[in-house]
Amino acid sequence: MELPLISDEQVEILLSDLLEHYGYDFTGYSKASLKRRVIRLYSLDKIPGFAEFRYKIINDNVYFKRFVEQITVNVTEMFRDPVFFKTLRDVVLPRLGTYPFIRIWLAGCSTGEEAYSIAILLKELNLLHKSLIYATDLNPSVLEKAGQGMFQLSYMKQYSENYILSGGKNDFSSYYTAKYSLAKFNDELRGKMIFSTHNLVSDHSFNEFQLILCRNVLIYFDRDLQHKVLELFDDSLEDLGYLALGTKETIDFSRISRKYKRLQSEKIWRKTN
Amino acid sequence: MENCEALIIGGSAGSLDVLLRVLPAIRPDIKFPVIIVIHRKHGADSLLPELLSGRTRMEVKEAEEKEEIVPGTVYVAPSDYHLLVELNRTFSLDYSEKVNYSRPAIDVTFQTAAEVYKRKLVCLLLSGSNSDGVNGLKTVKEWGGTAIIQNPETAQVAFMPQQAKQHVKIDRILNIEDMAEFINLLS
Ligand SMILES: C[S@@+](CC[C@H](N)C(=O)[O-])C[C@H]1O[C@@H](n2cnc3c(N)ncnc32)[C@H](O)[C@@H]1O
Repeated sequence: MELPLISDEQVEILLSDLLEHYGYDFTGYSKASLKRRVIRLYSLDKIPGFAEFRYKIINDNVYFKRFVEQITVNVTEMFRDPVFFKTLRDVVLPRLGTYPFIRIWLAGCSTGEEAYSIAILLKELNLLHKSLIYATDLNPSVLEKAGQGMFQLSYMKQYSENYILSGGKNDFSSYYTAKYSLAKFNDELRGKMIFSTHNLVSDHSFNEFQLILCRNVLIYFDRDLQHKVLELFDDSLEDLGYLALGTKETIDFSRISRKYKRLQSEKIWRKTN
Repeated sequence: MENCEALIIGGSAGSLDVLLRVLPAIRPDIKFPVIIVIHRKHGADSLLPELLSGRTRMEVKEAEEKEEIVPGTVYVAPSDYHLLVELNRTFSLDYSEKVNYSRPAIDVTFQTAAEVYKRKLVCLLLSGSNSDGVNGLKTVKEWGGTAIIQNPETAQVAFMPQQAKQHVKIDRILNIEDMAEFINLLS
């Protein structure tokens, strides 16, 4: 029988190496997905053996960064799940619009497509000037990309369709300028974003927000870690603030859920006081 | 064959009709879960479980992340996420790159389940127009599980089961009318 390239025990060894040498704790991640990513990287980089893999991760700082980037999933889109963005546009953001200043935390922002989508909504609602989007992620490299605000021009057709489905009425292409094969989004949008690294596993609350979005990140965590991270969000959310998760994520099982009221059929909850 | 701890059915173009015919004939008191991974458009999410639940007395639901996998239940992979089986027999969802241009990919569910259920896994690959599921069936065989395909000659789109037949040591090739009986005899 052909054995898998890397066993469950070896994955555990790598995780404890990461924790010991770099302080990165992946032990609370869902194992099946993590293992798939590790094996994928191992064959992609044609590593000759497990010992070499381990050695490289521990001793080669550049490779360690690659490892973390590759075992986390960074796939994202603009206006992904248009109906969700429609609810932000029609319900959530207008209510936040009554505040003098709007602070939004986008946790696990990846390469930034979501951040620019939200900035576009704020702009169209005339709220952008008094808003600030704190977009954070574990990976410095995706944040660097996010800060540039440049995405593949070939994706714009899909994104524009998503935008229209989310209730957008403008010409989507007015938000970017085409540069070779890239679409560079307007600086006005970028001006209201702060990108910084933040590890949901180990870093603390750093501000109070009226809206926290963390979509398609919790699916990678086991239940214990989900509990912990939801408590971090609860600590970071003002009364009457909103918490938004991915389409397949929920707070229902968690200790914070009794303080929250779900909005319509979306994965958006409002903190009660 | 060892007793069955999970049945996973994968399919693409032309597979829904097969499911709609086979599901009503499966005994509702089977002792294993049925996990269904069907390629479809993103967005029309709750439709498939709804459609299928009209055809069986078993509970049919969309698989949720961290949900415990229970015998006698039919789980449908949500659209646009990969569905993975964890060692502790729960599901997890993954929004990573498409595999074989597909998300959910049949390969991902077959492969993660193969290691979990080993000899007690039965995977059935139906009609379809790409080769998703083929590598998955290979892994299933490596772990001692059972690989079954719809007879390509009776499949609406033969390509997928045909590819599996060419590249994997298939245990059984079934016509649609024989599928339910085969499943009912697993225990
Ligand atoms: C699938 S992406 C989600 C992107 C976007 N929110 C969306 O839904 O399209 C998951 C992101 O979570 C980040 N991530 C994973 N673990 C994290 C952690 N412990 N702390 C912060 N971000 C993390 C990854 O780096 C990745 O960029």
